[in-house]
Amino acid sequence: SAMGVAGPNSDLVNFSEYISKNFALYQLSNDGIQLSTAAQANFCRNELAAALRKGPYQVNILLGGYDKKTSSGSLYWMDYLAALTKLKYGAQGYASNFCLSIMDRDYKEGLTQDEAVQIVEKCIQELKVRFLLNQSNFLIKVIDKDGVRVVKFGADPADN
Amino acid sequence: MSILEYNGAAIIGMAGKNCVGIASDNRLGAQIQTVATDFKKVFSMDDKLYVGLAGLASDVQTMHNLLKFRQNLYELREERSVSPKVFSNLLSSLLYEKRFGPYFIEPVVAGLDEKNEPFLSAMDLIGAPSYHEDFVVSGTATANMLGMCETLYKPDMEPEELFETLSQALLASVDRDSLSGWGAVVHIVTKDGVITRELKGRQD
Repeated sequence: SAMGVAGPNSDLVNFSEYISKNFALYQLSNDGIQLSTAAQANFCRNELAAALRKGPYQVNILLGGYDKKTSSGSLYWMDYLAALTKLKYGAQGYASNFCLSIMDRDYKEGLTQDEAVQIVEKCIQELKVRFLLNQSNFLIKVIDKDGVRVVKFGADPADN
Repeated sequence: MSILEYNGAAIIGMAGKNCVGIASDNRLGAQIQTVATDFKKVFSMDDKLYVGLAGLASDVQTMHNLLKFRQNLYELREERSVSPKVFSNLLSSLLYEKRFGPYFIEPVVAGLDEKNEPFLSAMDLIGAPSYHEDFVVSGTATANMLGMCETLYKPDMEPEELFETLSQALLASVDRDSLSGWGAVVHIVTKDGVITRELKGRQD
């Protein structure tokens, strides 16, 4: 599985490293068994919720994972207040204002990987057109039965 | 911007003849933006005990976990199921424990007691309970819901009629509230079991 995290770098790094190391620990302590995506999401939520009233992390998360047990992928959306929901498609931050409508229109059940990536690219294109910040570099990753891999690595802006 | 109004919710509990109904909307929002349209706010703690949690979504989920934990502890120690009024009291205590740093939720407890008589209670975020024989409401559309319930309610409704009344009251209320809606879930609890129905209202 892979987690997209948004927020101030301090919280982002500390929280995501803490979470991912805990997943690694689970695997080491449990004979190589990996946590299901739902379990990962709920663990994440519990940690964020516990920290909320002690020393909160201001991170918004999108966690995507593939479970071999159910042969299906799932996506979880979590905001900095630790509200968790499973979604078919989602966005965090300013992207949501532009991209949710595109996904509302184009998403359908049983998309192939290529179709899904195409929709993500459509979203990125929309941001390039309509979003005031000039962000030329986007990274697209896919999570499937073979793990996590990079599908598109944006060009280095220094090369232009 | 009140924290209790950040995510949006609408919950109604209503009593009938030897039955009780509890319903909630499905929306999860981040202020004006809708994030999910299938967010559960009513939880079944037992076949005859339901709790609806309105308020900050994160605390709704945290409290649901806490309540399940405390209910399990109770049932392990007592070797019997929790009754609705004891559960309501437990919830009230849990909330007051955090009096000066509360959970931002306003719960509703609906259930049938040992004699299959309906039980309804509602609380504020620090656990002040109120008990009612007719209906209880909570969420961002309380004014709307109170008006609808007061108008449509009559005592001793059979399960089918209770379902109709509860559904109409909730649907009409959420249509005038931007923060709640996107469909609803209605549970009608009788001594013979529970019937859960999903309503498709205005999807906005």
